[in-house]
Amino acid sequence: MDGDAARSAPELLRLRGIRKEFPGVVALDGVDFTLRAGEIHSLMGENGAGKSTLIKVLTGVHQPEAGTIELQGRRIRPRSAHDAVALGISTVYQEVNLVPYLTVAENFVLGREPLRRGRIDWREANRRAAEALERLDVCVDPASTLGSHSLAVQQMVAIARALDQNARVLVLDEPTSSLDAREVESLFGVMRRLREEGLGILFVSHFLDQVFAVSDRFTVLRNGRLVGELPAAETTRLRLVSLMLGREVDEQSLSRRPDPAPGAPPMLEVRDLGRRGAVEGVTLEVRPGETVGLAGLLGSGRTEAARLLFGADRPDRGEVRLEGRRVRIRSPRHALRLRFGFCPEDRKSAGIVPSLSVRENIALALQARRGWLRRLSPKRQRELANRFIEALGIATPDAEKAVGTLSGGNQQKVILARWLASEPRFLILDEPTRGIDVGSKAEIERLMADLRRQGLGMLFISSELEEVVRACHRVCVLRDRRQVGSLEGAGVETGEILRTIAGGGDA
Amino acid sequence: MRMFRRSNLPVWATLAVFVLAVTGASLRYEHFFSFDVFLNLLRDNAFLGLAAIGVTFVIVSGGIDLSVGAMIGFVGVFCATLMQAGVPGWLAIALALAIGTLFGLGMGALIAWYSLPPFLVTLAGMFLLRGLALVISMEALRIDDPLFEALGHSKWVAPGLFVAVLLLGVYLANFRPFGRAVYAVGGNEQSALLMGLPVRRVKAQVYALSGFCSSLGGVVFAFYTLSGNANSGMTLELDAIAAAVIGGTLLTGGVGHLFGTLLGVLILGTIQTVISFEGTLSSWWTRIAVGLLLLAFIGLQKLFQAGKADTP
Repeated sequence: MDGDAARSAPELLRLRGIRKEFPGVVALDGVDFTLRAGEIHSLMGENGAGKSTLIKVLTGVHQPEAGTIELQGRRIRPRSAHDAVALGISTVYQEVNLVPYLTVAENFVLGREPLRRGRIDWREANRRAAEALERLDVCVDPASTLGSHSLAVQQMVAIARALDQNARVLVLDEPTSSLDAREVESLFGVMRRLREEGLGILFVSHFLDQVFAVSDRFTVLRNGRLVGELPAAETTRLRLVSLMLGREVDEQSLSRRPDPAPGAPPMLEVRDLGRRGAVEGVTLEVRPGETVGLAGLLGSGRTEAARLLFGADRPDRGEVRLEGRRVRIRSPRHALRLRFGFCPEDRKSAGIVPSLSVRENIALALQARRGWLRRLSPKRQRELANRFIEALGIATPDAEKAVGTLSGGNQQKVILARWLASEPRFLILDEPTRGIDVGSKAEIERLMADLRRQGLGMLFISSELEEVVRACHRVCVLRDRRQVGSLEGAGVETGEILRTIAGGGDA
Repeated sequence: MRMFRRSNLPVWATLAVFVLAVTGASLRYEHFFSFDVFLNLLRDNAFLGLAAIGVTFVIVSGGIDLSVGAMIGFVGVFCATLMQAGVPGWLAIALALAIGTLFGLGMGALIAWYSLPPFLVTLAGMFLLRGLALVISMEALRIDDPLFEALGHSKWVAPGLFVAVLLLGVYLANFRPFGRAVYAVGGNEQSALLMGLPVRRVKAQVYALSGFCSSLGGVVFAFYTLSGNANSGMTLELDAIAAAVIGGTLLTGGVGHLFGTLLGVLILGTIQTVISFEGTLSSWWTRIAVGLLLLAFIGLQKLFQAGKADTP
């Protein structure tokens, strides 16, 4: 459906003048949002722009201080997630919000089980679940445990559940962050079909490519205010990003290449490193000031390779040489003493300690390297924290704020600061830009460039190929838990990486 | 087909252990394997089983209930005192069940609406009930109510009640929306909330259910011993938790089955019976055996969890 048709389509949902305050901050300040039937409407904005708050207001999790919500012309006031679902507004969140221990069908009917003679009719429940999933082209046994399926399938179950509750508005909050390219495509296929059926879809994603691929329209928020609503067909990337960031970004800074690497001898050489069942044949070298990328689909063994290099898992073959000397990295503690750093992929579960302050989080790795007996004085810690808060532009009122209260991008910077404070010579960054906004992404990239100039060797893992191309001198490509190629120089470009991932050569 | 689901595997393991224990015992003692011994097993452990049913629900919901042992002591003293004052037996039972259920509901309400930690709320409940029981009477009170005597002398009533409540519990857990909600809340509370389930109400109800089960256990214990003693049911809450865990219930919530709990109770009972058959062993060996068994089952559960590490 093109922009004109969507514009003439009836308005499904109308939010006017929404205001929401939290202690100390105005999260939403007079925001309007209009969703039409049969459109995919992307809500855009940096972290802290108010996207999540707006979605939570819409889905009854938060109650606004001011403003009105109309669904098909009727004033509504969802008081809880339950209310919103009953009204026809269903949400599928980033982390699939289902119960992994229960079966697919149980998750599908939970809370509205079909009853027959006073008991749940499981045969009927299984039949309904299978039928609904089939409509989304998902073929799974409804009696299988949900947790045994991939995230993509779990997400489809969540969508099927939402649709089955007579949803008229479907909110998809970052549904693609954990999916690989093929799964994203099939999700988009489903979204387009639902659009044809007249559903209104509110879509949130941090991936610009994806947003442009499916959206009919954008609404851009910045700092809790509405910046504008624009049809996708008439919007350029540059314009969208500029609106989101509130400053002009030249297309060139988005397609910058790294400075050429100095011709120093490699500091880290990895030969045929592998571990059964995790990843095989990882071969790469890193020079000081050089960044090596690991590219591949989700589950291709990227994170596994990083874990081997950091000693989180023990390799069972291959060798690692550090400055010419063979080393066996026994544990992350050992890796730390070798002055390695590792920013893990899932910052929530493996990175930050949310209840500790920014200062304490930053001091953690350095303290661990020094050993717990040689304590860092609180004064040194404070100096350290303040230095990095300034250097990385961490948006926090002061160093004593609990990290859990910061936005995703700022949490990521705190983790980065922690590793930088330990003065590493080799830093592994596993998806440092995942789930953070475009502005923070650009800042992280700029930081990486600075670090390269200071002679830090880095291993960079990202699902966004363009990021890899912008940041890396050399790219190792993984497929099915095995290294299948290595590109350098002019070979480092999106098309070539994609071809290597797809494996056209040996077909 | 659902019976053979992966999450039910620990229940099968428990069944295997039970069959093994009974087979071993009947090879050693020739009168062990008989219907009477089995019926006695149910009868001797009915009060524990009843409490364990409620505790299983609570654990599956992601909580814990430490008050069930004290509830059994309290209900016994409470009923005995009422009947000594001339209250008819049936009324004493009804009052005990009502108070037990309301007490559970109260704890549940605190846990659900004020987000207080279940461990501490039910620990407070345990002290409160035990203290109340001791305030009512420090000494054991004899019960000579005809209804209680009739119930106590029957060899069918206690096992019958146990099995009936168990079947009711299975129906509730697997064939009623309430039961599914309990599993969902224990499996992932945040998801349950976002899926629009009445999480708070379910939590409160689970503790009310446990209060009902343990007070019924108290009534059964009272007519089984024909006395009310403020100190009875001491550390029974831990036996109930052990029975549930041995039966495959995950202490973190979301996984568990009442048949598993039944087997857990039967295994605990069998160990006790075997040790009393042996004659020369101190009864404390029961504790040691239970401890080892618990360890083995926790190890087993860890193994199952490691097998599904891909679960988010």
